[in-house]
Amino acid sequence: MPEEVLHLARVHKSYNIGQPAQTEVLHGIDLHLARGDFAALIGPSGSGKSTLLNLIGLLDTPSAGEIHLLGRPTQTMNDTERTMHRACAIGFVFQFHHLINSFSVMENILMPLMLTRGKPKLQDTQLAYTLLAEVGLADHATRRPDELSGGQQQRVAVVRALITRPALLLADEPTGNLDTTSADSVFQLLRRFHQEFGCAVLLVTHDPRLSSACDRTIKIIDGHIVSDTSHIASGDNSH
Amino acid sequence: MYTEWNLAVKFLRDARGQTAMISVAITVGVAVIIYIVALITGLQANMINRTLGTQAHIKVYAPKEINLPAPLENGELRLMLEDPRAQRLRSINNWQNLRDLFDADAELLAVSPLASGPAFAQRGTAHMSVALIGIDPVRYQRVIPIANDIIAGEFRIGAGNAVVGSRLADELGLHVSDKLRIDAGGSDSGREAVLSVTGIFELGVRELDERYIYLDLPQAQALLGLPGGITTIDLLVPDVFSAERIAARLHHLTGLKVESWMQTNSQLMSALKAQRLSTSMISFFVAISVAFGIASVLSISIVQRTREIGILRAMGATRRQMLTVFLLQGALLGLAGAIAGSACSYALAWAFNTFGPGLFQIVIWPGLLISASAIATLTGLIAAAIPARRAARLDPVAAIRYA
Repeated sequence: MPEEVLHLARVHKSYNIGQPAQTEVLHGIDLHLARGDFAALIGPSGSGKSTLLNLIGLLDTPSAGEIHLLGRPTQTMNDTERTMHRACAIGFVFQFHHLINSFSVMENILMPLMLTRGKPKLQDTQLAYTLLAEVGLADHATRRPDELSGGQQQRVAVVRALITRPALLLADEPTGNLDTTSADSVFQLLRRFHQEFGCAVLLVTHDPRLSSACDRTIKIIDGHIVSDTSHIASGDNSH
Repeated sequence: MYTEWNLAVKFLRDARGQTAMISVAITVGVAVIIYIVALITGLQANMINRTLGTQAHIKVYAPKEINLPAPLENGELRLMLEDPRAQRLRSINNWQNLRDLFDADAELLAVSPLASGPAFAQRGTAHMSVALIGIDPVRYQRVIPIANDIIAGEFRIGAGNAVVGSRLADELGLHVSDKLRIDAGGSDSGREAVLSVTGIFELGVRELDERYIYLDLPQAQALLGLPGGITTIDLLVPDVFSAERIAARLHHLTGLKVESWMQTNSQLMSALKAQRLSTSMISFFVAISVAFGIASVLSISIVQRTREIGILRAMGATRRQMLTVFLLQGALLGLAGAIAGSACSYALAWAFNTFGPGLFQIVIWPGLLISASAIATLTGLIAAAIPARRAARLDPVAAIRYA
């Protein structure tokens, strides 16, 4: 049995608690992710995908239920502990690349490390260069993000998410804003780094092409997981 | 701190327009505060110097003569109509001992006994009421450097010589080496003399230039009917603002009437106080408006950077780190404005000293720059507190979605 990265038990999420407009978005979600999983999270708009992703990413707290990340319960953590845990264990890729224009590409990539450890060390910079070279942007290291194309920016964002070697990579429609070619190259990148780093990947997408290319598809409708199918498909899977 | 510092500097650098505008505002504020403090300090120093250039810091007089009614018997009630005594010219008892005592006092820089009293000056048919000041020239000059104010002749007093004020000379038509008749007690008292004018001084104070006649101490004593006596001891202290305290101490020590220049010039003192108060108020309100400027710029910056704050939080920035980033921005703005403002205040002071009325020089001392810079930096830090707290409390989920 592969190592468990994420475990959700009976997770509920409500907004406007105690008010007339109280709405429950997630109704008792149970979910496991193991190291090596490459899963797609699909579902129509408003089904609770992003809410679930925010809970898993420790950006938000559930109204009820338990979330264990790398075996540690997170519901008793305070904001700082959650932030530290997030910084060490999770990498984010957003729909819009969300790079910071005040910093160069290289600085953006190193930012997660700088936030937790201060001045980057030589081996961190070397790793960043290696990854940047792997995504074909080695000579863009000193440029500003807004000088890059959308696909290039998203590739930088993927490298930034991986620089801390997280156990879990969360991607919120990482290709939603890209043309098909760029989308494919970003997806291939995620695939490759998933192999290389051995992290779990959870990918929110609307694109059936992408979800079918994942090893596992979790479908969520109206705050319930309605299906969770494993389909070790075309791509080779070492696990 | 490395990362927070980097973020703060880059955020400021990227919002170039905002940073430049608020920096100009802070610069102007700091420059105004430094300039006005230096200006008022210079002005006050000038006023005090002018005042003290013609008077002693502390004057010691013989105590007033008062009526001493017989003590009351037990149970006795007395109605009394008291006629205060006229204060005749009297000598300070034992003044030589006092002079030696004061000479040995570490807090006194100079001690000058003098005999002064009223007289008439006469030339031809013109009469003027004057004040005779009998001095020991060496000691007196240490208190008031009168030789610097001589406009004709020289400062030389001695048997039969006198130095008179410019207005008196004008009124009586006196020139150097002219004769002047002094009458200090009526024609039959024998207290009169004919003096030769050796010098004319101008202190710039009408009262003094019109009335003062400097004489040798023995001659003044003879004219005023105070053989061997003196009426006043002038004292000089190192720190002019300690005069009040030292005067009180000397009063307790000697029992004599001791008056500091601050008592003598109480009006000047309250004027100076009012001036200082207005300076502080102006500085305070300028600082307040600068602080609000910084706070509003940072508030706008936080709205503009909401999404970036959200991303940073998602990537592992703690609330404390976000707080630090924005506090640092406030402090940096304050410090940058302080440095530029210091330079501007130098330029303003230079312009005043070069093209101004030339009455006095504005001197900007390093301590003023350091304290103004420290206050500006602190103001920036405090002004940033509220926006920075808001940045720290931003919900990362909402911040990332923020368009």
